[in-house]
Amino acid sequence: MNREKEVLKIEHISKGFDQLNVLDDISLTVHEGEIIVIVGPSGCGKSTLLRCLNGLEAVDDGHVYLGEETVNPSVKNITRIRERIGMVFQSYDLFPHKTILENVTLAPMKVQKRKRAEVNEEAKKLLERVGLSAKMSQYPRQLSGGQKQRAAIVRALIMHPEVLLFDEVTAALDPEMVREVLDVMLDLARQNRTMLIVTHEMAFARAIADRVIFLDGGHIVEDSDPGEFFTLPKTDRARKFLNTFTFDTVNKEI
Amino acid sequence: MIDTDVITNYIPLFVDGFFLTVKIGWLGILLSFLIGIIASAVLHFKVPVLSAVVKVYVELFRNTPLLVQLFFIYYGLPVLGFHVSAEGCGIVGLGLLGGSYMTETIRSGLDAVPPSQTESAIALGMSRPQVFWMIILPQAFSTSVPALVANVIFLLKETSVFSAISLMDLMFTAKDLIGLYYDTTESLFLLVVFYIIILLPVSIAGTVIEKKARYKIFGS
Repeated sequence: MNREKEVLKIEHISKGFDQLNVLDDISLTVHEGEIIVIVGPSGCGKSTLLRCLNGLEAVDDGHVYLGEETVNPSVKNITRIRERIGMVFQSYDLFPHKTILENVTLAPMKVQKRKRAEVNEEAKKLLERVGLSAKMSQYPRQLSGGQKQRAAIVRALIMHPEVLLFDEVTAALDPEMVREVLDVMLDLARQNRTMLIVTHEMAFARAIADRVIFLDGGHIVEDSDPGEFFTLPKTDRARKFLNTFTFDTVNKEI
Repeated sequence: MIDTDVITNYIPLFVDGFFLTVKIGWLGILLSFLIGIIASAVLHFKVPVLSAVVKVYVELFRNTPLLVQLFFIYYGLPVLGFHVSAEGCGIVGLGLLGGSYMTETIRSGLDAVPPSQTESAIALGMSRPQVFWMIILPQAFSTSVPALVANVIFLLKETSVFSAISLMDLMFTAKDLIGLYYDTTESLFLLVVFYIIILLPVSIAGTVIEKKARYKIFGS
């Protein structure tokens, strides 16, 4: 692994919907093995940023590069580029008409044209690693939210992506299930995966991040290491944001 | 009273009518599925120009009786220089009528699939056609199965107007025999029996398919 290698390069991208500027001149470089956590208030453009990175949204201005290639929905080889970028969504979005194993093996077989036997073997290994061996032949509706999300992570992993994007993957989960999904992500971190994570789990962000990006109003307001960001944020805006996660003890009037 | 000798004599004639009804019915239904899948995809993806064409087609064929459509095809096309056999007319007529119903049924199924399904499939590197055939359409079918089965049964019954363009289907056979020999009771009895022979298995198969298709996604 080469920490100097630039995997994803974002140069001055802007993106608006109707009159609203959701992303405003964002630049960011992601190196191999780096884990970047993106935090910020809702509506600050976190999800839009991730969606621009694999070409689910087109940028209005600027460029996104995966290695040497431009990422944009209108480029010809966009499906080939998307294979190299894994994405996991808040709502899991497993395919409900396919079993867990089929969900995981569909894209490697149909998109990457890999052999069924090889794909099945890898799928089984990965599912076992996230504790889903017993669920392989079940349908998504038979799984809990946390199990579905773990399966969705495996579905992204089996494509051997160069970078993984996580879009608030625990936001729809009950607390205990949040933990099981975050544990899978911590395991990925130990394997030196390159990851961009949008989350509201601040303790998790602090534990996993190499860098924290604080996004507000479509701008990168802070780009710091997690220790610094969570203890001594540089801006008032970030301090206020972090305060929304802490509560003072209630002193009752007598 | 029903004369059993008459019935035994008539059965072979009804068997011929039965095969014609089944043949034209199923070929027409196959055509209607093809039209329905393509036209509903056009509507679902809001393809410019073609969407408008599909909408006109659907309204035109849903809001005119099959008999009128058949007359148009059977008597109208030769005027325009196209000569189509009566069987061909029946298949095309049924296919076009059925296509308009199938289009709306499949489209409602397609629209019911959450857009996030498409996004997650696209994010995996799947192409648009792959997403449609492997992800969206199967889910749309699962939700639409009851309505699709109802369409199939409806279309099979609609074949009874084919006698009007001199196709010797079940209805034609019964009418013919009644006209020739006045064996009304026996002919109508056989007519009902043969239609049930065609439709009951469809109805039963429909229930089985519905159960299977819904099991994966909905559980019951």
